[in-house]
Amino acid sequence: MSTLETAPEPALGAAEPTGLRPSQIKRAKSGKARKRPSILLWFAIAWMSIVLLGALLSLIAPGVFPHEYGKAFGDAKQKPFAAWPEFLGTDGLGRSHLTRLAFGARVSMIVALVSVVVGVVIGGLLGLVAAYFRGVTEMIIDLFSDALLAFPPLILLLALSSVYEPSQTSITAGLAVLTIPGFTRLTKASAIAQSNREYVTVAKAMGAGPGRIIFKELLPNTFPAVMSYSVIVMAVLIVAEGSLSFLGLSIPPPMPSWGGMINAAKDDLSLYPSQVFVPCGVLFLTVFSLNVIGDRLRAKFDVRDTKL
Amino acid sequence: MLRLLGRKLLALIPVLFLVTFATTALPDLVDGSPVAQMLGPGSTPQDLKDLEHEFGYDKSLPVRYVTWVGHALTGDLGESLKTRTPVMDGITERFPVTLELAVFALLMALIVAVPLGVWTAAKAGGRVDRVIGGLSSGLLSIPTFVSVFILVYFFANPNMMLAFKPTGWEYISVDFAKNIEFAFLPALALALAEIPQFQRLLRSDMLATLQEDFILTARSKGLSTSYVLFRHALRPSSFSLLTVSGLTLGRLIGGTVIVESYFAIPGLGQGMYQAINGKDIPVVQGTVVVIAIVYVLLNTLVDIGYSLIDPRVRAR
Amino acid sequence: MAEPKTTGSPTPDEPLLRATDLRVHLDTPRGLLKAVDGVSFSIERGETLGLVGESGSGKSMLVRSLMGICPSIADIHGSVRLDGRELVGVPRKEARTIWGNRIAMVFQDPMTSLNPVLRIDRQLTESMRLHLGMGKKEAGERAIELLTLVGIPEPVKRARQYPHQLSGGMRQRVTIAMALACDPDVLIADEATTALDVTVQRQILDLLQEIQAERGMGMILVSHDLGVVAGRTDQIAVMYAGRMVEHSPTADLFAHRRHRYTEALLGAVPRLDVPRDQRPRAIPGAPPDLVTLKSGCAFAARCTAADDLCREERPELGDELGAHRFACHHPVGEDVAAVEGVESGQPSLMKEATA
Repeated sequence: MSTLETAPEPALGAAEPTGLRPSQIKRAKSGKARKRPSILLWFAIAWMSIVLLGALLSLIAPGVFPHEYGKAFGDAKQKPFAAWPEFLGTDGLGRSHLTRLAFGARVSMIVALVSVVVGVVIGGLLGLVAAYFRGVTEMIIDLFSDALLAFPPLILLLALSSVYEPSQTSITAGLAVLTIPGFTRLTKASAIAQSNREYVTVAKAMGAGPGRIIFKELLPNTFPAVMSYSVIVMAVLIVAEGSLSFLGLSIPPPMPSWGGMINAAKDDLSLYPSQVFVPCGVLFLTVFSLNVIGDRLRAKFDVRDTKL
Repeated sequence: MLRLLGRKLLALIPVLFLVTFATTALPDLVDGSPVAQMLGPGSTPQDLKDLEHEFGYDKSLPVRYVTWVGHALTGDLGESLKTRTPVMDGITERFPVTLELAVFALLMALIVAVPLGVWTAAKAGGRVDRVIGGLSSGLLSIPTFVSVFILVYFFANPNMMLAFKPTGWEYISVDFAKNIEFAFLPALALALAEIPQFQRLLRSDMLATLQEDFILTARSKGLSTSYVLFRHALRPSSFSLLTVSGLTLGRLIGGTVIVESYFAIPGLGQGMYQAINGKDIPVVQGTVVVIAIVYVLLNTLVDIGYSLIDPRVRAR
Repeated sequence: MAEPKTTGSPTPDEPLLRATDLRVHLDTPRGLLKAVDGVSFSIERGETLGLVGESGSGKSMLVRSLMGICPSIADIHGSVRLDGRELVGVPRKEARTIWGNRIAMVFQDPMTSLNPVLRIDRQLTESMRLHLGMGKKEAGERAIELLTLVGIPEPVKRARQYPHQLSGGMRQRVTIAMALACDPDVLIADEATTALDVTVQRQILDLLQEIQAERGMGMILVSHDLGVVAGRTDQIAVMYAGRMVEHSPTADLFAHRRHRYTEALLGAVPRLDVPRDQRPRAIPGAPPDLVTLKSGCAFAARCTAADDLCREERPELGDELGAHRFACHHPVGEDVAAVEGVESGQPSLMKEATA
């Protein structure tokens, strides 16, 4: 959850060293050297494609997997890379890790994507409204986002799960609620920055109403910031859903989820570490890839001075 | 300074109201009656009504809220549905454990992250910086519930290295050494997620500071690099790190559920986890409210404290 | 205070500080930048060198390279000798025994050159404790002495304060006190008064001059303002685009300025004693980009007297230190045949320079 706050990079690479201020030259140098190899980015994109493919297949064509996710087909706790096509081994009940991980990807992806979309729509709308009207409207919207942010994120989810039976819908709804204040603040900040610019003043002077200004002028210009932030939020949401599954408070069995698979195998850690570390690795790679992609998008759109 | 304090505290009131109100409304979200599970088989609807009356769930939400606030102000957060003991007792017993874990984790994170942040800033763009930068973005992507396994597998595993106990707890007041032995791995698991963030934050602030003229002045005096880094550059670069540390402490207090339930540590998080599984609504409510209030208060304190540590701000 | 210096005894025939063909090259992402390109000069004890030029002319980089405090991408070539001892290329660790100890520096902006979170006394004493091995108490007492010396009232109280509690002029006095802490042989004031207002500027310059005379230090006064260095220096060097374009004893320079750039600089000095129509004139155009600099005189594009020769062949400065040296094909005071032809070609050149 902690990735919600990210350190802004200093303004690197902005200096054109025609003058001789040594500080500028140094800055220019570190800006050059900080370019990360893009192999990492390609790896991230490739991995996310695999995950999305797995999620998609399990959603529309579960038949392509050699075994069903709910049925045992062989020895329990098979090690990975021991057999083909079940190269990821089997779980404690002899079920296919490969299939279960693909279905877990489906859960993670659906939950994360839907929550982010809901968060972007609601949070973004609130942020734009707050930025356009300011005054009391802004105060009220800020108050609600402050109140939501007053709960440590996981605590809020846990409180909700104490009253609702966990299901894909309730988890998604809870996570969506969590993401709203972040998107509200982000869109508000970047929309306020935009609305002080010339073109918005011009639009206002030409008699454009609030709806037109919000949707035609402010919205498109907050898009890059929101998009790159969304990718990072997806990573956070996948971790959050995993945390809940790990505690057994997410989607109930037999539907597999990554966190749930980790939870089910946790007692086998010292004897069958692969039981735990295979789903852990998949989860880690997904979160890592999303962070890499999000970082790159953020660097590309240059959204570093937006305070969240 | 007092005006600032007053304004910050005033701004807290609406937030605290919403937080407490939302928590009071929690039982209304329950499908069915929150007390239904307390009844044995063969109980009558009248028994249910009686119980609801006893716990005050028959009243309307505003009435319940006012009553709750009145009780809460005297330190009464209601009774557990399971044990019929005051919720507050459980919280006062569990809170110090969680606090210790959070503080321990924060210290560990700072001890590792500060030298790394200084080092990477001093060597910005170099090999060390890139390697540590890569490692830290990797570390940033390891959720706590994964790092728990990594730590336990390597450091509390009879097949690998049995340096620490995998589960259990000893109170710090009983046996300090044992307490540390139990607390080390859970605190480290919590700290791991914070290290990359602290390191990145300090690095970027240090980079900005190192461009300052006074660093050039210090260097021109012939002071050694490490002296310039740690005695001249670190302090002016550490203000946002200190702020974030304060915020992190608040978040850690609310984020120990996973390590506490995995390592079987009797803290707030474990209490909450058990209460959720047992549908013990008053305990969930009480814990959530306490954590949220501590979190909000800490954030406000950090906000105020920020203006105290910087002599430039302090003077105004 | 008059402790014997640990580093070598002065060689009789060596000047206090001598730079020979000093070059500082920066490896920037855009290409090689010759920030300082072939500069030579020397200073004796008690002598002051004025270093003048526009911003970006390389004067700051030059004085920094004297000490070796340059960005890590900088390559320093040539030679700098302090009492006959070579400073270029010495290891960092050894160089640090010279920085702040034998050569000290006062920087441009007193608002930013003091550490905002450390008390004044801490910043004053650290170099004494490092270089002179003083104890905390001894250094503290000396810090008070130094603050008194630079004319700070209530030095005991001021020593316990933070920089932001002092005015700009006071802060610059503190940085001077800091530079003087180890009784250096050479004091470099890098635009030390530029950020201050005029009356304070004068006080600080007077203070520097006074202290220098008293201690017989060598001093380098860096400024973009010829007026600042006019009455306070023994020799003046004018820098342009990383090179010295004119270098001579002060009196001589003002009496017979030879380089067109010096002439233009003098024209830019505000003066009250001249008629209104002769008030300061800005030099047209901007300094050249040092990465893309081609052959020929770097000032040619902005010079009224430039001709084809100037654009093709770089004028050389001459090697004889102490004489009036200048690097110009058509120096002031000599008839310029091609003036008329140049006049008409000027606008396009200016465009080039500003583009």
